[in-house]
Amino acid sequence: MTLVNQRLLQTILSENAGLEAHVGNTPLIPLRRVIRGLSPSVSVFAKAEWFNPGGSVKDRPALNIIRTAIANGNLHPGVRLLDSTSGNMGISYATFGAAMNIPVTLTMPENASPERVSILRALGAELVLTDPLEGSDGAILAARKMAAENPDLYWYANQYDNPANWQAHYNSTGPEIWAQTGGQVTHFIAGLGTSGTLMGAGRYLREQSPAVRLIALQPDDGFHGLEGLKHMPSAIQPGIFDFNFADRTIEVSTEAAHTMILRLAREEGLFVGISSGAAAVAAIQVASELKEGQVVTVFPDAGYKYLSDKRLWEHS
Amino acid sequence: MTTLKIPTPLRYYTDGQAEVTVNGPDVATAMRNLVEQYPTLEQHLYNGHGDLRNFVNLFLGENNIKDLQGLETPLNEGDTLRLIPSIAGGSDDFSRRRLKSLLQKLRRNTCSPD
Repeated sequence: MTLVNQRLLQTILSENAGLEAHVGNTPLIPLRRVIRGLSPSVSVFAKAEWFNPGGSVKDRPALNIIRTAIANGNLHPGVRLLDSTSGNMGISYATFGAAMNIPVTLTMPENASPERVSILRALGAELVLTDPLEGSDGAILAARKMAAENPDLYWYANQYDNPANWQAHYNSTGPEIWAQTGGQVTHFIAGLGTSGTLMGAGRYLREQSPAVRLIALQPDDGFHGLEGLKHMPSAIQPGIFDFNFADRTIEVSTEAAHTMILRLAREEGLFVGISSGAAAVAAIQVASELKEGQVVTVFPDAGYKYLSDKRLWEHS
Repeated sequence: MTTLKIPTPLRYYTDGQAEVTVNGPDVATAMRNLVEQYPTLEQHLYNGHGDLRNFVNLFLGENNIKDLQGLETPLNEGDTLRLIPSIAGGSDDFSRRRLKSLLQKLRRNTCSPD
């Protein structure tokens, strides 16, 4: 009889499965010092999504979109994956594109951070930079046009309308949060970009417990500096988004998010990106209204891709 | 007179105009003139202390005014300003990339046998 160390076996199987096998199962980290003054029966947790191989939460939908397209026969040799991005989704596509030998073309506003452009070029993605005056909506329109004009060359992944986006969160982010909180999560807060995180993880959590409150977070204005997030009333609406889905929507200013990322770095040791700062602001606002509860939010990425904006990090 | 290009999210407040003509000898005055013409823009561009919000970038041609003389950057007749929100710090490098691209084009043209 041979004894098998199941944990070791899982590790070996996982490692042999390649980079894709390491997406998800990210840590759930409690915030401690930035929540001073809240009720002692209230906890706030953040899903640390920069632990994904591509460095952000976007690994989840990107991988699921690619796998679904391959399974459906939409993505095959001779076709390039095409999508618009403000950065992180593109990095995830490019990461798995490189690992799975899938050529990737991305449309992105020209004022995207230099870190994003450099990472995408290092990963071998083809970039089409769009008018910065048009923002992420301009990148969407450019991708739509390219896909319509070259249907044989491109498969348009369309993260904003593709159900494989929210399904990735339904199948991974939601179950992870439920398991990591032992089913005790009371409030879930997610920023709106494509809305995939809220729509997918939120659906799963609501199915487990209708009492879980789902809270959407968006910029307080159509003109903002919260990269990756959309002010839904003034932006192109994602097809996967349902305006009536969330129990509540909280609006966060760019300035509040900027202040919070410094606090998270200096008081929690969490060096995170701007949308994570916005998520923390919203989560703390919700938590401050509670006597007891477990509030969970998602920190989409780390701060490394924002270092070129020195004004963000150097003020005290 | 200076032409100021308006980003999509702010066109709601400029009656849909993508370009607005503004007057002033420098960027600060021109921006104040913009807000005089379209007062509802003020809360989107300025903080409570009367300073431009820190993610608001203004480009004179290909250069971020932060690399020039800031709001005191002088304007000449026919100049074009672009108002572009920072999406996480890209704008400073954006100007450098555009400048590099422009210089490469100029070099190509200079070296061309034509």
